[in-house]
Amino acid sequence: MSDLLLEVKNLKVHFDTENGRVTAVDDVSFSVKQGETVGVVGESGCGKSVTAESILRLLDEKHTNYEGNIFFQEKDILRFRYSELQKLRGNDISMIFQDPMSSLNPVYTVGNQIVEALLLHQNLTKKEAEEKAVDMLRLTGIPLPEKRVNEYPHELSGGMRQRVMIAMALSCKPKLLIADEPTTALDVTIQSQILDLIKDLKDEFNMGTIMITHDLGVVAEVCTKVVVMYLGQVIEEASVESIFSSPLHPYTQGLLKSIPHIEGPRDEKLYVIEGKVPTLNQIPAGCRFAPRCEFATDLCRTEKPQLDSYENDRKVRCWHFKEIQEKGGVMNGNRNESDKVRS
Amino acid sequence: MKGYILRRLLSLIPVLFVVAVVVFLLMHITPGDPAAVILGPEASPDEIAELRENLGLNRPVTEQFVSWFGGVLQGDLGNSIFMKQPVLQAFFEHLGPTLSLAIMAQILAIVVAIPLGILAAKFRGSFLDQTFMGISLLGISIPSFLLGLFLILLVGVELKWLPVAGYKPLNDGLWNHIKYLILPAIALGSMQAALIARMTRSSMLDVLNANYIKTARSKGVKESFIVIKHTLRNAFIPILTIIGHTFGTLVAGAAVVETVFNIPGIGQLIINSVERRDFAVIQGSVLLIAVSYVLINLVIDLLYGVIDPRVRLGRK
Ligand SMILES: Nc1ncnc2c1ncn2[C@@H]1O[C@H](COP(=O)(O)OP(=O)(O)O)[C@@H](O)[C@H]1O
Ligand code: SF4
Ligand SMILES: [Mg+2]
Repeated sequence: MSDLLLEVKNLKVHFDTENGRVTAVDDVSFSVKQGETVGVVGESGCGKSVTAESILRLLDEKHTNYEGNIFFQEKDILRFRYSELQKLRGNDISMIFQDPMSSLNPVYTVGNQIVEALLLHQNLTKKEAEEKAVDMLRLTGIPLPEKRVNEYPHELSGGMRQRVMIAMALSCKPKLLIADEPTTALDVTIQSQILDLIKDLKDEFNMGTIMITHDLGVVAEVCTKVVVMYLGQVIEEASVESIFSSPLHPYTQGLLKSIPHIEGPRDEKLYVIEGKVPTLNQIPAGCRFAPRCEFATDLCRTEKPQLDSYENDRKVRCWHFKEIQEKGGVMNGNRNESDKVRS
Repeated sequence: MKGYILRRLLSLIPVLFVVAVVVFLLMHITPGDPAAVILGPEASPDEIAELRENLGLNRPVTEQFVSWFGGVLQGDLGNSIFMKQPVLQAFFEHLGPTLSLAIMAQILAIVVAIPLGILAAKFRGSFLDQTFMGISLLGISIPSFLLGLFLILLVGVELKWLPVAGYKPLNDGLWNHIKYLILPAIALGSMQAALIARMTRSSMLDVLNANYIKTARSKGVKESFIVIKHTLRNAFIPILTIIGHTFGTLVAGAAVVETVFNIPGIGQLIINSVERRDFAVIQGSVLLIAVSYVLINLVIDLLYGVIDPRVRLGRK
């Protein structure tokens, strides 16, 4: 078996809504190798969560249609039977969510919820599972784990709850961890602690990781590869170094320019990408970014650009990325070195 | 916890007072001289005047109230003029049938409604869901006496499966006791069942959308356990509220159903007493019902703590 863990191939996700069918994820492909951390980046509403939840098939399938493939160790999750899916979830692939305040069941102790995952997938007695739950809490840096294990979620802070979620997600040693904006809902100081924790544990467990975020600072800190999404599509894919040193797509360039510099002046004016992500029933005919792009031409507005390979490991979806690069990128502010960024 | 219960019990006093004032006033503005009603049309004016004096009806209203409420606070609800026995005794003699009926209606409602509500939520939008919800709408809108009469005609008179009227105490055997209560309990409990089923459905739907349900799925928890372990317990909190708060309505509704099925319960006691202008009984019964209403709600609130740890700790 190759070291390829997950391969998402031409994934499309359609929702049947009251106002007809919308396509939230449109032809997304990317892959994750064992031990690799892939960042999935984009503004809110770009389809990051839908992509992530498709991997575990967590979307309500009464209203959801999938196309394409999601290969996990060469087997297509989208063709799994329900029983296979149950064995996969929490065991081979785990997920942590954005809002730790509402992600744990309020009427059961945190220990109970970790033990539940352990008993589902591992051949342990109740007592062994309880001990393992304490070990997992200790591993995630929760003080007094023997006491915390018997507490209810509402007795813990947001940061502690996210540690509990991590302990639960990792309890069965998954091969792949999907973290959907795991720090977005937390205080800034707690954010970096949780990121450090995920980084350490992913090395310790040698997991593949998908780190979903709208914050490129997070990407700089933990990822090796980045997939940039816009309105349900991948618009650029590259290594972290390339993304930060020479972003190709105007959208990626805009995202990078809108991060505050650590060494920049305090009142530094931040770049903002004009406009908003259109809704799913107003998808532009040509390039989806055209209404917000300063380089848009008639070609962009009428013809859809493809995701093309560039150099050996890069991909970009833009008609004019070469000329844009020659001109120096968005607002002529090309960055030539990997900037340190705030997380 | 003890402090909490004590505080709740103390809060009974103002409730009692307000209820006492209201019933008392209602009784005294009802037209008709109780002494005349009690003695019947053939009584002479002298006899009526004498009875008025004996009943204390000639004293000022405030004085009558103070002497009655003073007795209530000491546990003395007075005596029934008509039945010649203490009100408390008359009340408890009639309480058994009413409680049996109300509890049976409640149990029937819970046992039928909660599973239906769960199924409707789980298969939301399906034919099953629509059928259950249609029936529940019917359940809410049919008056209990009408349903009672219908059941008597169909099940009692036509099919002859069950007795149509009367009451047998528990001493006559459990089945005998239950047999007489099935039809009245269905008549009484159907609205309750409809309410509980609808609440169960909407509460389950809310919880099924919660983030922690997604978490549970992402761990590989089976769908049946998602419903039983992760959803039901959370959904039960609002269901419990509905059950608790409508139990009082059930007891009140029992009065009507008791009349239809000729069951000698509190409802009949109160209705008969109103006809006889037996003030002490009416006032005492209404007060006792108010007290039990408050006590039932207290029990329900304590049950929340059992289900929901957030409530438990908040009260330490
Ligand atoms: N169940 C659903 N039905 C219809 N539209 C949905 C559903 N879930 C998400 N969407 C839409 O899909 C798009 C992508 O959402 P999401 O993946 O949550 O974005 P994000 O990148 O912020 O995680 C949004 O426009 C959202 O409104
Ligand atoms: S294709 Fe055109 S509109 Fe789209 S990003 Fe490139 S330049 Fe801008
Ligand atoms: Mg999201």
